Amino acid sequence: MVDLEKQYDVLVVGGGNAALCAAIAARRDGASVLVLEGAPKFYRGGNTRHTRNIRCAHDAATETLTGPYSEEELFDDLLRVTGGKTDEPLAKHMIRESKEVLVWLQEQGVRYQRSLGGTLTLGRTNAFFLGGGRAMLNALYDTAEELGIDILYDAPATAVTIENGMFLSATVTHESKPHQVRARTLVAAAGGFESNIEWLKEYWGDAAENFLIRGTPYNRGSVLKMLHNAGVQETGDPTQCHAVAIDARAPKYDGGIITRLDCVVFGVVVNKHAQRFYDEGEDIWPKRYAIWGRLVAQQPDQIAYIIFDASSLRLFMPSLFPPITAGSIRDLAGKLGLDADALEKTIGDFNAGVRPGTFNHADLDDCRTEGVTPPKTHWARRIEQAPFYAYPVRPGITFTYLGVRVNLESRMLMADGKPAANMFAAGEIMAGNVLTKGYAAGIGMMIGSVSGRIAGRGAAKNARN
Amino acid sequence: MRAIDMHTTMAHPTRALAEADRLMVICNSCRYCEGLCAVFPAMERRNLFKDGDLNFLANLCHGCGACYADCQFSPPHEFDVNVPRTLARVRGESYQTYAWPGALSGLFARNGLAISLIAAFSVAAFLLGFFIWADPSVLTGTHVGPGAFYRLMPHNVMALLFGGVFVYAILALTMSMRAFWRDIAGNTPAGGIGAFLQAVKDAGSLRYLDGGGAGCMNDDDKPTDRRKHYHHATFYGFLLCLASTTVATLYHYFLGREAPYPWWDLPVVFGTLGGIGLIVGPVGLLVAKFKRAPELLDETKSGMDVAFIVMLLLTSVTGLALLVLRATPAMGVLLAVHLGVVFALFLTMPYGKFVHGLFRFLALVQHARESRGDH
Repeated sequence: MVDLEKQYDVLVVGGGNAALCAAIAARRDGASVLVLEGAPKFYRGGNTRHTRNIRCAHDAATETLTGPYSEEELFDDLLRVTGGKTDEPLAKHMIRESKEVLVWLQEQGVRYQRSLGGTLTLGRTNAFFLGGGRAMLNALYDTAEELGIDILYDAPATAVTIENGMFLSATVTHESKPHQVRARTLVAAAGGFESNIEWLKEYWGDAAENFLIRGTPYNRGSVLKMLHNAGVQETGDPTQCHAVAIDARAPKYDGGIITRLDCVVFGVVVNKHAQRFYDEGEDIWPKRYAIWGRLVAQQPDQIAYIIFDASSLRLFMPSLFPPITAGSIRDLAGKLGLDADALEKTIGDFNAGVRPGTFNHADLDDCRTEGVTPPKTHWARRIEQAPFYAYPVRPGITFTYLGVRVNLESRMLMADGKPAANMFAAGEIMAGNVLTKGYAAGIGMMIGSVSGRIAGRGAAKNARN
Repeated sequence: MRAIDMHTTMAHPTRALAEADRLMVICNSCRYCEGLCAVFPAMERRNLFKDGDLNFLANLCHGCGACYADCQFSPPHEFDVNVPRTLARVRGESYQTYAWPGALSGLFARNGLAISLIAAFSVAAFLLGFFIWADPSVLTGTHVGPGAFYRLMPHNVMALLFGGVFVYAILALTMSMRAFWRDIAGNTPAGGIGAFLQAVKDAGSLRYLDGGGAGCMNDDDKPTDRRKHYHHATFYGFLLCLASTTVATLYHYFLGREAPYPWWDLPVVFGTLGGIGLIVGPVGLLVAKFKRAPELLDETKSGMDVAFIVMLLLTSVTGLALLVLRATPAMGVLLAVHLGVVFALFLTMPYGKFVHGLFRFLALVQHARESRGDH
């Protein structure tokens, strides 16, 4: 049983991929470990619940990966998505470690499979978890339990006592009672603040009220805030979050992968005034899906509608909700609550601007518009074949970039630049050191597993000394 | 929006089918479970889920539970995704839907009770028959050597009774398999012998009762399930018992050798090994059934599952008891009980859990046929 009176070698705050990797690594190095997961057992694991793959470097094809993916290539991909803004030594160190982590995770019971249907482009670079992120978590938790790691659910850390960069204890609220938990070292792996609407409003204003959160309601960033307040250095852009356009009918929290919509490139996107506002065919979807959350967030009432016709219905992955359907653009406008004349004019103008071309949704084709503002530069086809379809979309927030600064050991750095005496960070709470903006599938999980393992080892060693 | 308000791809006659359709829409837009078993790849080939499609997917599901433990949307999540239980319900209904003759499909409702009654009645009939037609001294006497059983019941009567019930079971099962196959096969191009052999392999090894390699769930969310082994013991035990009966029939008609046979002879060796399998397997399955996590259970069909397992167990227990005590005065009563149980087993085969094996096999054939189209 969990003994909250005892002093643990390592206290892990958080319960996702990074937290579990840290706990397991520390335990395997001989430390006694307590994991505090703020969420109830079912929701354990934060955003890891909704993940499905991890992007690690590897020298050769494996049973489930179709080819090699070098450290250099992974680093280049990171530079590409972050626009070159990353902590280069840390990023390179983590990418080097990612090679081992790919195998290490398997040793902790995690299973991989070939890339899923509809994700062939990731078959070489990303290892998919058999059964998805929750299966991965289940495996890590089983291993943690077998190793004798103490785990407490429904146990959010509500305060930390830190003196001059030295962690002393944490207050955990469990079964409505506060407890002081002492430990020789701390690993903070409690994620970002994407579920904290009040905090998001500091940067986004009232627009944040209309955001949907793709993960659980438990990613509130309270540990992140406590650490900043205790003098730990910040990293990452506080105003940034990863936002994609998801179905507006999705629940406020935890809709996960199934509320995504991959059909922007096949139609046009209009706002509540039935006006287009961005080039829907700018680039292939995997490179552009992450800009649409922000684009919709900037529209009035943070709502937009993807509109397409019968010719496109079967070209993309199905999603949870059926599209709204009508026999004419006018009727569709009625069902969406849009001004029918305005929508007819927008679609009419768009159709008139479409130039002839050869449609190829797998590549940047030559189907584009002329004389329409904004233009649609690829995959532009007239929207004319009834029935007509629409998906309402809102910004869906996946994660935030604000974090704590760490060094190569994943040890936190204090505001004065000095390394913390006994505090480490792993996962989303420190991802902003290397992933300053943008996203590439599976990179968050790589950062989580790698930083978790580094932090866990470091914490175990620190606790021994 | 509540989970129940989410859409299905079409209308369905039962709640279970509608719920299965709703879940397939969710699963089809997630696909994380694609590597766990055959159900999810088969689902991905479809946009619409007709009753036949859902009955196909439900019978393809082996109930390993892995997709429940792995699902980020399982209860208490508001999407309320419980694929193993929903498909178990659809599966249960499908046996009834395709039963032949349709008038007897009601036997699937309160199946445990129906089968217990039929079994009890059969045993009583055999006992009574023996008492009426056999001399009491014969019934309680000690008989050994070839033809000992037939002093209690003439071989021809035995052959007629069991041949009759066997033929009926085959006919009823064939008719319901035919109806099921028509509904699930659609216009898939024939897969030839290859698809059939693939299905034999997949069924014989219970390929899809392993959670994609991580193991199955039964008691809780840990992959510690042993049902695969118990099922193998049951299934191969059953086949050995069938082989025993078949060899004995061949001996009787072609070699003129009458039962009972010495312990080293094939019918007894097969029957003994099979009988042991049919004790170990069903006991294991029964224990697993009682330990199964309630959220995975289709509680409405527990009676059917238990009735079938108990029938198999009674068959093996009475058969082995007969083997051990056949040279004692208990033989007469034991023979009547054993014959009664076996008679009831065959008679109820088309209206109980036995059909799961046949439907699952056909679903595996169809899956193999469809998979061939992928390449």
